[in-house]
Amino acid sequence: MQDNIIPMLGVVTAIRTDTPDIKTFRVEAVGGGKCFEHMPGQCAMLSIPGVGEAMFSITSSPTVKDYQEFSIKKCGCVTEWLHQMEVDQQITIRGPYGKPFPVDDELLGKDLLFIAGGVGLAPLHSVINYVLDNREKYGKVDIVYGSRSKEDLLDLPEIESSWMDPKSEMNVHLTIDRPQDNWDGHVAFVPTYVKELEFTPDRTVLVCGPPIMIKFVLQALTELGFEKTQIYTTMELRMKCGVGKCGRCNIGDKYVCKDGPVFRFDELGELPAEY
Amino acid sequence: MKKLSLNALNRFFGEIAEKQTLIAPIERAGQVDFGVWSESETVRLDVLKTVKSAKGAFFPQVEDMVRFHMQGKNIEINPSEVMNEDFVIFGVRACDARSFDLLDRVFLSDPVDPFYAARRAHGTVVTLACNEPEETCFCSNFGIDAAEPAGDVSAWIVGEELYLRANTEKGETLIKDLEDAAEDAAEETKKAIRAVTEQLPFASLNLEGFDGEHLMEKFNDPAWAELSRACLGCGTCTFVCPTCQCYDVRDFDSGNGIQRYRCWDSCMFSDFTLMAHGTNRPTQVERFRQRFMHKLVYFPSNNDGLYSCVGCGRCLSKCPQGLNIVKVIKALGGDK
Repeated sequence: MQDNIIPMLGVVTAIRTDTPDIKTFRVEAVGGGKCFEHMPGQCAMLSIPGVGEAMFSITSSPTVKDYQEFSIKKCGCVTEWLHQMEVDQQITIRGPYGKPFPVDDELLGKDLLFIAGGVGLAPLHSVINYVLDNREKYGKVDIVYGSRSKEDLLDLPEIESSWMDPKSEMNVHLTIDRPQDNWDGHVAFVPTYVKELEFTPDRTVLVCGPPIMIKFVLQALTELGFEKTQIYTTMELRMKCGVGKCGRCNIGDKYVCKDGPVFRFDELGELPAEY
Repeated sequence: MKKLSLNALNRFFGEIAEKQTLIAPIERAGQVDFGVWSESETVRLDVLKTVKSAKGAFFPQVEDMVRFHMQGKNIEINPSEVMNEDFVIFGVRACDARSFDLLDRVFLSDPVDPFYAARRAHGTVVTLACNEPEETCFCSNFGIDAAEPAGDVSAWIVGEELYLRANTEKGETLIKDLEDAAEDAAEETKKAIRAVTEQLPFASLNLEGFDGEHLMEKFNDPAWAELSRACLGCGTCTFVCPTCQCYDVRDFDSGNGIQRYRCWDSCMFSDFTLMAHGTNRPTQVERFRQRFMHKLVYFPSNNDGLYSCVGCGRCLSKCPQGLNIVKVIKALGGDK
């Protein structure tokens, strides 16, 4: 009965360093297997007792059978602690929380466009791999992903070996903010690149990144003829309970933890811009 | 209807307290607040407003949730037990009784909060009509009748007698051994109370426009800047409020394990929404607006039009800057 706010144990079984400030943690239940099932876009509360508890999007796809992964940027108390831990460390975990991306309804059969900036790829990573594992259920797939530098691109080895593999039938467009020596790819901010790529407005868009990037991506998409009803994003606010009761992530008459974190932009338009 | 002489009240309390915990308005250090009754305590049924509301009986200011023991890389998790003993809360006023309904909307909606649900299941609420409503009272605006309080048992003081009416099975069990009385014994008292509440200065506030339909209009009203200017962000309003239910979750390292507990929190505090990359409510204007928008617009929008205010008036007397929800309603409601 207490499951919705009392955590269970998880074990960190692998840690991968992705960028100078992002690591990906593999979490399993004690004795192996996933702690719980989830859908792409849903989140979980991770905690280390005595340090704190925080909400993270689940980065791995539900199609991964044995574990869940979390790509986490080091930026506060809890994340600092997570970044210094070693394999076999136990943590506490509870979830899944929130509304997922509508992968099994609205997105079915659609031509998809993923747009991500920096660690904003983390929540979309789950959706992209879910789409990849059910490739026949979706139309064209394009992924625009940008970061500050080549070193800051999350999941680059996986992007190159899996998403860019012609068998995946996905077009990946990588970009970095400033030119650098070992990079012969595109150089531009994500919103500019989206405009340059001239996507036709028949796509369903999933976007995640820093608020300023989202703002300009939305502008770029509007210029290309996209409607707000075609664009989904996922939000982040401070949370404590995860079940719409502690009041922290309340915006307008919505709670990001339970009514989100996935929102369509037309839904967001009806809410105060307090995010 | 049952009755009990006020002289015999302490004996009745003693009988209840033999079997279960009794919570009542008790005077301690010059303040009256809900506390655990014992024979040596002074019960003050004449005081209309306890400093803090009665919500703590079901949503305590601090409540243990889970305890952890750390050993190397391993963690042991021991969830705290939910309330498993019956208790009675006596002397709850009509406004605070309504606040329980509002808290139910939050904590008993899916997914049900196990700690709150257990306290609700084990608690028996005895309410007391307000013989002398005060100038700061405005419960009637929210459809609350101070003369007819809800709860498992409703009670009225008439002269030297206390009349009690059971409204639920729990209530009947509590008062079944008391002396029978005429069903209409409190009618005159009720009339007298209503005559007073009708005349109160804030008896008819104009709440027009506080609904989901006008959400953005209310949010964008320029009046918020002026209304919130004096706010210190002290959170007093939140802590005395019967309907404020925001909470924080914190860990305390006791030296013998780590206790995770939840405690009352306030959206008026600057760190309420603070994240590693900043806060979405950077000034007191946004925080002040959030508190009142939630009570008057967001909550009703999600709860069949019910306002998250019961008109108890505690914020009117406790805010060190003289800010309160009545001023907000007057500035932004139908009379603006």
